[in-house]
Amino acid sequence: MKTWLALVALLTVSALLSLVLPWQTLGDLLARDRQLGWAVLVELRLPRMLLALTYGAMLGSAGAAVQALFANPLASPDLTGTTSGAALGAVVTAYLLGFSAPIALSLGSVIGALCALLLLLALAGPRAETATLLLAGLAISALAGALTTLALALAPSPFAFYDAYDWLLGSLVDRSLEQAAFAAIPAAVVILLLWRLRGALDSLTLGEEVAQSLGHNVARLRIWVVVLTAIGVGACVAIAGAIGFIGLVAPIFARRLTGGHPGRAIVPAALIGGALLLAADLLVRLAPLGRTLPIGVVTALLGAPFFLWLVVHMRWRLSR
Amino acid sequence: MNRLVAKNIGIQGRLEPTSLEVEAGTLTCLIGPNGSGKTSLLHAIAGIGTGNGEVRIDGVDPWAAPPSARPRLITYLPASRDVKWPLTASDLIRLGGEADIGPVVTDLELEAFADRRIDQLSTGERTRVLIARALVPRPRVALLDEPVANLDPLWQLKLMRHLRVLASQGGQAVIIAAHDLDLAGRFADRLIVMSRGRIVADGGRDLLESNVIGEVFGVEHRDGAWQPLA
Repeated sequence: MKTWLALVALLTVSALLSLVLPWQTLGDLLARDRQLGWAVLVELRLPRMLLALTYGAMLGSAGAAVQALFANPLASPDLTGTTSGAALGAVVTAYLLGFSAPIALSLGSVIGALCALLLLLALAGPRAETATLLLAGLAISALAGALTTLALALAPSPFAFYDAYDWLLGSLVDRSLEQAAFAAIPAAVVILLLWRLRGALDSLTLGEEVAQSLGHNVARLRIWVVVLTAIGVGACVAIAGAIGFIGLVAPIFARRLTGGHPGRAIVPAALIGGALLLAADLLVRLAPLGRTLPIGVVTALLGAPFFLWLVVHMRWRLSR
Repeated sequence: MNRLVAKNIGIQGRLEPTSLEVEAGTLTCLIGPNGSGKTSLLHAIAGIGTGNGEVRIDGVDPWAAPPSARPRLITYLPASRDVKWPLTASDLIRLGGEADIGPVVTDLELEAFADRRIDQLSTGERTRVLIARALVPRPRVALLDEPVANLDPLWQLKLMRHLRVLASQGGQAVIIAAHDLDLAGRFADRLIVMSRGRIVADGGRDLLESNVIGEVFGVEHRDGAWQPLA
């Protein structure tokens, strides 16, 4: 109970900070022109906060679900190529097919994510060893990345590269409330549905056979996790681009709070993921660099060392 | 009369369609060489994989039972002692679907490591924890694949004795697959001999003295021990 309160408090504080920081500009605006100040708060900062919160939560819970499904702490939407697949889907939809409506982008993104996940299952198999899983993920990411570049190169618009650059690296800036809702609503529904799978995912701790003997339909569970993850992550990528490492890091922290239970970690991972992306976005805004860094760069800079630590840690554990 | 009835259960390429009845309150031991279909028969009864045929426990179809009701009908312990995430022993036992783990912890003497993480236990200790997971819901039918493998001699005896008590006093049907013919002969009410995906003999402990053992395993009891056929 205490842990839950602490997590919710952490998320609330990050969300509030995300609304009011940097305070100086907002404070000045509110003092000079109340209406303009409110407009900035509601039309600029609120969507950004909502997007960071739900995208982070989506990545956290999707990471937890995928890690539980593959029984592997290194499975996550970015390392397994799901986010790259979603990005490819969105780029093809926008630049080659020429549909730029939000719903079309979301659909393209979800289809891309789904293809990447199905390819992963086909390549690595349902009970993938860490090495197979990572290699398959690497291959899918590389392929999706190359195809994305190809799609941009073939795009009729000469500005396609420049246009897509910020988005591809992940960006929460200048999204409308409507756009934020396009990510937030699917994400919220998907997190809720993933949460309902927690018992079945927990039982996978004992292996697929025991999960089946306990009455869980493992084949159906696999399809649910893949489809839900593709929908949730795809919808977020369509709006805010590919953001890495949150889906890897958040579930690892979350399982420390659930005594190792992988399924029960879905909601804590969502809360932690939301707080992490909000914090990374605050860092972007408060860093005195003169220009805005793409958020994906920040999460990668913070997440990659953690990933390296994890790899070394696992190597030690395996070699003992 | 409580009983398990299985009709035409089979698994393509591993287990020929098999029918079987097991009375409540009995300890049944599946014996047979490696690859003879013991695990497949347990899988087929538990409904793991693409099973055929039908199974009834006291007239109820266990395969149709939801996760909330299934563990009280039937549970399954795999031969593998692999656990994917480092839960504590007691959390792992609770995954069996029963909140009150007190009695089974006492029965299997797990108090000393109930709060330790499973990856910090020895294989034998982990085996006892995983057996506890399968027994905690007091299933009417418990299917245990090689429960005594990895256990020390004392615990092999203690476990077999405990399974006997569960059967005779608890009225549960316990079906185990085992390689130790002596333990099987000492504790089982009924022996089922398997070979090449089929049941080839089914009877009491005296089966161990029949020539089916020599035919199936290529061993015989000579000079007080099991030896290769002369």
